[in-house]
Amino acid sequence: MPAVREEMLDVRSDEDVVRVRQITRRWAVGLGFSLVDQTKIVTAASELARNTLIHGGGGSTRIEELRDGSRHGLRLTFEDKGPGIADVPQALRDGYTTGSGLGLGLGGARRLSSEFDIVSAAGQGTRVRITRWK
Amino acid sequence: MADHRSKLATIVRQHEPQILSEWIDLLAKAGGRGAVERAEVEAHARSFVRLLADAMQADDSGGIDGPEWTKVRDMLTTLSSSRARQGSSPTETATFILSFKQPLFTHLQDEYRADAEGLARELWTATLLLDKLGLLTTEIFLKSRDAVIMRQQREMLELSTPVVALWEGILAVPLIGTLDSERTQVVMESLLQRIVDTGASIAIIDITGVPTVDTLVAQHLLKTVGAARLMGAECIISGIRPQIAQTIVHLGVDLGNVATKATLADALVLALGRVGAAVTRTVPRA
Amino acid sequence: MLDGKPPAERIPILKLGEFLLVTIQVEMHDRLVMTLQDELTHQIVRHRARGVLIDISALEIVDSFIGRALGNIANMSRILDAETVVVGMRPAVAITLVELGLNLDGVRTALNAEKGMALIRRSLGPAGGLDAGGS
Repeated sequence: MPAVREEMLDVRSDEDVVRVRQITRRWAVGLGFSLVDQTKIVTAASELARNTLIHGGGGSTRIEELRDGSRHGLRLTFEDKGPGIADVPQALRDGYTTGSGLGLGLGGARRLSSEFDIVSAAGQGTRVRITRWK
Repeated sequence: MADHRSKLATIVRQHEPQILSEWIDLLAKAGGRGAVERAEVEAHARSFVRLLADAMQADDSGGIDGPEWTKVRDMLTTLSSSRARQGSSPTETATFILSFKQPLFTHLQDEYRADAEGLARELWTATLLLDKLGLLTTEIFLKSRDAVIMRQQREMLELSTPVVALWEGILAVPLIGTLDSERTQVVMESLLQRIVDTGASIAIIDITGVPTVDTLVAQHLLKTVGAARLMGAECIISGIRPQIAQTIVHLGVDLGNVATKATLADALVLALGRVGAAVTRTVPRA
Repeated sequence: MLDGKPPAERIPILKLGEFLLVTIQVEMHDRLVMTLQDELTHQIVRHRARGVLIDISALEIVDSFIGRALGNIANMSRILDAETVVVGMRPAVAITLVELGLNLDGVRTALNAEKGMALIRRSLGPAGGLDAGGS
């Protein structure tokens, strides 16, 4: 689906994770999402940006506004060239309340989004994409 | 070699006033149930003809998805959405576009009087284009109507999920009907907002009116309890019928450490105790 | 840097009698969260605090990292004989947290600072002998 507009952000530091949150919120507000929906997508973005930084060794975030007829959506893509996730189903199932561990926040980000997909394999980096429709 | 490029845009521009007035007459005759004023129709018609000519000039490939057609699509989106909200039918909205064929074809016939092949070509191009635009309006109309219906459903959900202030610091949420994820969102939002507004420290969630409690419903209940707790309010679940209690045990649902009571009355007594109040009988039973 | 303001490097911790009050008013990056955790533990010991109030009413989101940090702070304070209460969570944040699946077990919560302090006093009992100074 072609994006109406997009923005690319680096994710290479703690401050970048904060920036991803702030810019995602700005876009969500601009698209007229409800407060709860804004909070959900910004929180999901925070989880995934952090994953990109900590587990992916740094990467990028692409934010896109989508239009499907009269429906508006916000799509975020988190990409890194890190070690990748060997067992994706397991990562999606992993607890997020227990200490550190790969895939933390993945399941949560999925629950907070309308659409979620992940492409990753050992040694092949990771790409996580979430969409929230209005 | 004859120039086969479409002259649609030129023809529309050259004959704009006549095409426009013929079209508006047609639309006025077609009438319609919707409350769309003639002036508004004229304004839309004028705008459409101009935007259409511009788009056809910039892109005569026959498609309507390119950037050259954005203004046309936007205009039709606004038109369809507002018609949907006003209660027009999808047919009326599509007719707006499709009725444009008549005045356009009349002028095409004049222009291509001596060229049957050219006329056939242009008629074909024009009809394909207008059909696509007509279908687009129908699609948008339906999506808008869906959005209106969803919004109305949500409003009904909110109305059917009142949060009642039973006592100072004690709220009650009587749930009637199934508790699906959409409903849960509405319940949580209403409840949490009331907690903030009233400073309540206890919320009684009464499920007398919830027909079945399966694992999903239990999850939704626990989510609601969890959210209230994060706002500093403890929950009591009341209205647990015997069958529900059995189902909960059979399914192995774990209600954690949420207090449960069979009736709302019992829950209220418990809640009053927690806030430091008590009910005393002042008139002896007859 | 957004809006020309650099991210804060410290979160102020106020001492109110035997309470410590932390009001989080900025977007916290992960390092700042860790610094706060560290600072608080030191301050609890230094002032022999019995209660810690963390006001998150200005936080627009609480993700799993911050959630875990709050849990850690609660646990560490308990070990140091202090009770922690998180106050002022916004409704949208609470709804998102339960959806995320983070229920912050072990972290006590209250609607506002006033109720939070009352909660801590109650849990410390009459023998707690709290002097809340200028509150």
